[in-house]
Amino acid sequence: MLNASLKELAAALAQKKISSAELTKLFLDRASRLNSALNAFITVESEKSLAQARAADERIAKGDAMPLTGIPVAHKDIFVTKGWRTTCGSKMLSNFVSPYDAHVIERFNAAGAVILGKTNMDEFAMGSSSETSFYGPVKNPWNQERVPGGSSGGSTAAIAARMAPAATGTDTGGSIRQPAALSGVSGLKPTYGLVSRYGMIAFASSLDQGGPIAKSAEDLALLLNVMAGFDRRDSTSVERAAEDYRRELDRPLAGLRVGVPKEHFGEGLAADVGKAIEAALAQLDKLGAKRVSISLPNSGLSVPAYYVIAPAEASSNLSRFDGVRYGHRAKNYRDLADMYFRTRAEGFGAEVRRRILIGTYVLSHGYYDAYYLKAQKIRRLIADDFAAAFKQCDVIVGPTAPTVAFKIGAKAADPVQMYLNDIYTIPANLAGLPAMSIPCGFGKDDLPVGLHIVGNYFSEAKMLNLAHQYQKATDWHQREPAGIRP
Amino acid sequence: MPLSSEEVRRIAELARIGVSDAETRAVQVQLNDIFEMIGRMQKVDTEGVEPMSHGQDLKLRLRDDAVTEGDQRELFQSVAPQVEAGLYLVPKVIE
Repeated sequence: MLNASLKELAAALAQKKISSAELTKLFLDRASRLNSALNAFITVESEKSLAQARAADERIAKGDAMPLTGIPVAHKDIFVTKGWRTTCGSKMLSNFVSPYDAHVIERFNAAGAVILGKTNMDEFAMGSSSETSFYGPVKNPWNQERVPGGSSGGSTAAIAARMAPAATGTDTGGSIRQPAALSGVSGLKPTYGLVSRYGMIAFASSLDQGGPIAKSAEDLALLLNVMAGFDRRDSTSVERAAEDYRRELDRPLAGLRVGVPKEHFGEGLAADVGKAIEAALAQLDKLGAKRVSISLPNSGLSVPAYYVIAPAEASSNLSRFDGVRYGHRAKNYRDLADMYFRTRAEGFGAEVRRRILIGTYVLSHGYYDAYYLKAQKIRRLIADDFAAAFKQCDVIVGPTAPTVAFKIGAKAADPVQMYLNDIYTIPANLAGLPAMSIPCGFGKDDLPVGLHIVGNYFSEAKMLNLAHQYQKATDWHQREPAGIRP
Repeated sequence: MPLSSEEVRRIAELARIGVSDAETRAVQVQLNDIFEMIGRMQKVDTEGVEPMSHGQDLKLRLRDDAVTEGDQRELFQSVAPQVEAGLYLVPKVIE
């Protein structure tokens, strides 16, 4: 059961081979046994989960089941969840019990899925290693001295360690794809606007997008069917007809034009990762895909532009944490201003404070044109590069991250080195394009490597087709870390 | 041009984040590293490029001018640090 696909789990539930309560208990037990070693979950509430599971069992008995009814799903602790503590990995929200559900949670609840728990993450999703969490770092199940990537590292570690069969994440600059790559699992960031941001605690609103994390592309398609959908409460939610993201899974790849950007194979890409990606490209050739050499000339500027735009938006979004309406408030203060200063200094960790300061500076009087406007122009150049590339190819493929998982603490003191982890993933966020990562082999020290797939707007079904065909021909996505010792 | 420690203090003031004198130096060094990296984009000619503020071309959606939310004051204030008689309490602002 721990290694079963969502389709297999749904079939087992439908055939009454197992109940949702039993399935939920199985994963809750495994999660609680492994969590002391991996720290993938911030909050687990077995009773709440089991109550949902029993309700799902009734629904199944009545013949009223949907594809995910009774299946436990771990949610990144950035999705506010009614009656559950929702921390966003921060001390600021350590006492916050949400009075309402995020749209994504509502969708899973309506589908009859079970909330398995809330997963650990970089504080306010700001990080690429899941080390900045107030609740301690997440460990990589493949090697506990390594980071799982971030910011959705709790969700990717939970999938890798089989503590959950499915999970959610969010991706502002790579926060689903980079940890999926480093943890050896599959993750998808949809086209901007496909998944509602309502109740998803905001980091950088023009970039943030929620998406699924699972073992395989087929599972991701099933999860995306539930997560995607119009929501009037998110002003950037796109209004379009519902799709079945599984519809193209079985199509052969013959003739599919796969663009390979030369800029993503140069300096900075570790040799072991490059080798695994080359092997994956050769596998795609074998499946009949047609390789096309493309160029994304401004791709290298994505990190500088991102570290203006994302902190600028964050500095505005995080101004709401002032100790008045919810969250942490400092104990001792002289007056209102002092209460703000102390509350925010105490409540936010170092990386969050740093990004708020960057954002405040680039938006401050006299610097707006030099930084914010300039970055928005670079953003346009990056989006135009993709538009030109998609005239020559159907999907773009390359490495998700420049290296395999690094050691915990290795980059913690050097923000710029940490930021460069997302060099291949950030461009898709800036352009608003869908992108995903799937396991494609192992590099140095037997650590997983991820293959990055970028599609044109709303071409999730096509990306999932490529990923599924690749996963039918390979077994990287079925490998699991051996011997996790609690 | 690197940020001075006075500028770091000014930014922290604008951001309403307390930064102690002891921390200022470390924050200054890290911010300057980051701005050096960001500075690479200044070398690019972006003359005539239309700024892009968003990942998609969006038309702002309008809704009817009608009440859609019920009164949930008690529920929402249940997570507030300090409330009294339905009001959020903060330190006295006017003497």
